[in-house]
Amino acid sequence: MFVKTYHFLLLTSHLIKMATTALFFVFAGLAIACALSTVYHRNPLYSAVSLIGVFISLSCIYVTLAAPFIAAVQILIYAGAIMVLVIFVIMLLNLDEDKPYRKLNYLYALGGFLGIVLLAQTFFIFVAVKKAPQTPVNTDETVGKTLNIGANMYTEYLLPVEIVGVLLLMAIIGGVILVRRLSQPELTLIVNNELDRRNEGDEKDDYRIAL
Amino acid sequence: MEQIVKTAFPFIVFAVAILLAFQGVLMIVAYTVLAERKVLGWIQGRIGPNRVGPWGVLQPFADLLKFIFKEDLVPDKSTKFIYFLAPLVALTCALLPIVVYPFGPVINTIDWSFLPYGLGEGITQLPMTIARIDVGVLFVLGITSVGVYGIALAGWSSNNKYSLMGGLRSSAQMISYELAMGASVIGVVMLAGTLDLSGIIQAQITSPFKWYIIPQFIGFIVFLIAAFAETNRVPFDLPEAETELVAGFHTEYSALKFALFFMAEYVNMFTVSVMCVTLFLGGWYVPGLGKILTPGSIPYALVSHVAFIGKICAFLFLYIWIRGTLPRFRFDQLMNFGWKFLLPLALLNVILTIVIVYFLNS
Repeated sequence: MFVKTYHFLLLTSHLIKMATTALFFVFAGLAIACALSTVYHRNPLYSAVSLIGVFISLSCIYVTLAAPFIAAVQILIYAGAIMVLVIFVIMLLNLDEDKPYRKLNYLYALGGFLGIVLLAQTFFIFVAVKKAPQTPVNTDETVGKTLNIGANMYTEYLLPVEIVGVLLLMAIIGGVILVRRLSQPELTLIVNNELDRRNEGDEKDDYRIAL
Repeated sequence: MEQIVKTAFPFIVFAVAILLAFQGVLMIVAYTVLAERKVLGWIQGRIGPNRVGPWGVLQPFADLLKFIFKEDLVPDKSTKFIYFLAPLVALTCALLPIVVYPFGPVINTIDWSFLPYGLGEGITQLPMTIARIDVGVLFVLGITSVGVYGIALAGWSSNNKYSLMGGLRSSAQMISYELAMGASVIGVVMLAGTLDLSGIIQAQITSPFKWYIIPQFIGFIVFLIAAFAETNRVPFDLPEAETELVAGFHTEYSALKFALFFMAEYVNMFTVSVMCVTLFLGGWYVPGLGKILTPGSIPYALVSHVAFIGKICAFLFLYIWIRGTLPRFRFDQLMNFGWKFLLPLALLNVILTIVIVYFLNS
């Protein structure tokens, strides 16, 4: 509950670096655990809920990287809107649990091999980054603030923003076209008063209501 | 020893602040339940609960004891993990935005040298907010978006078609009205120039209109209506109407888990009331109080804080009043209203604000 400068007076930079590293490992570990849980579960709803956990952990990592706007928008859009859509689909379609499919066992071997290739590439990148010359880190904290993001979005990066807008418009129009009905089915309800009908020609006294 | 105290001190301060804030909010929420029953009773021509204490003042504690001692049923074929997770998600996401609320102004006049080990050096201010986040408004909107999961997952995991329909309808309603709520906030953020809640109050203090309800009247109405829909309150409470869906998404929840949903609904009411007050009614700012008491002193902060709580209570009374007065929307009327009327109105408000701000600034 005190002004931020207070923390920087007392805590040394070493302590801050330790705390940041510890927090990163906590959130990264949580993200990896949730990601593993996403691919492990057979029940699609458990996978969806684990994916929400991944997004929230990523949002926490963005906060430690001094990007509060991106963190808030990640929660608002990814965890709050996109995953709600996915969960709606799972609930409405009432998807069954995954069952193991015996005929495609060779895919396990192929997947394992590709996984090892990916792991080797990851180690290569890790070693390359370690050996590269260290450039000083940009400690300017104000880059992640909303004001700077907004100012850059509408001056320097205006064209990508407009392109993304057109892309979203395309998606909306595509969605509307896919679900529209070209012609409404016509139904007519005939309410007849059989009891009052004396002759054959009195059928014109029936009511027809178009639905 | 000194080093331990010095490194632990910020955490102790935050812990004390969070405890105080949560205690205050939970007390307000508990008495909102009692207030609802009494005020609804008076509207309907009867007295509410008055047996437990004088005027029924101890009723919330009696309710809490009742919820603890009730039998806890778990449906047999429910998805157990999600069944237990849903009320926790609902309550956590309802309580989390408390950390960004501006409960009062900054206090400047306390001398901090009484703290041992020289902890008091360099501190001049005591802000009455737990955390001043740069993106406060987005934080609150995002957390209420995640709160939708509590309801959707509760409806699904109960393995009951009434719960499922109630949960889906409620989630669809909440995500539809979130858009109108967010769009109505854009006007305020444009006038204030910041997403920080304390910054918005500061902007209201320095603006010619003291409270943003005056220039943003359309935004205020849209936010209020969207807030009623977000919290599943009358006239938008079809998902929990007894005649429609038994009890909606919380049909299969008994005892303490139901109490958690119940509390989550009232804390949500508190959250949107605080947002309404902060964005449109100037939060703790009372115009003209700065001339009577000195800003930055403890009496000014106390009176401002009491004014803040008073404004919130006025909104909670409005919630209860409308519950006793209006019938409820049918679900298709509700969705039509949200998408075809409220969202275009909110966007119209944004366009008007853009035009006016542009011409005022140029």
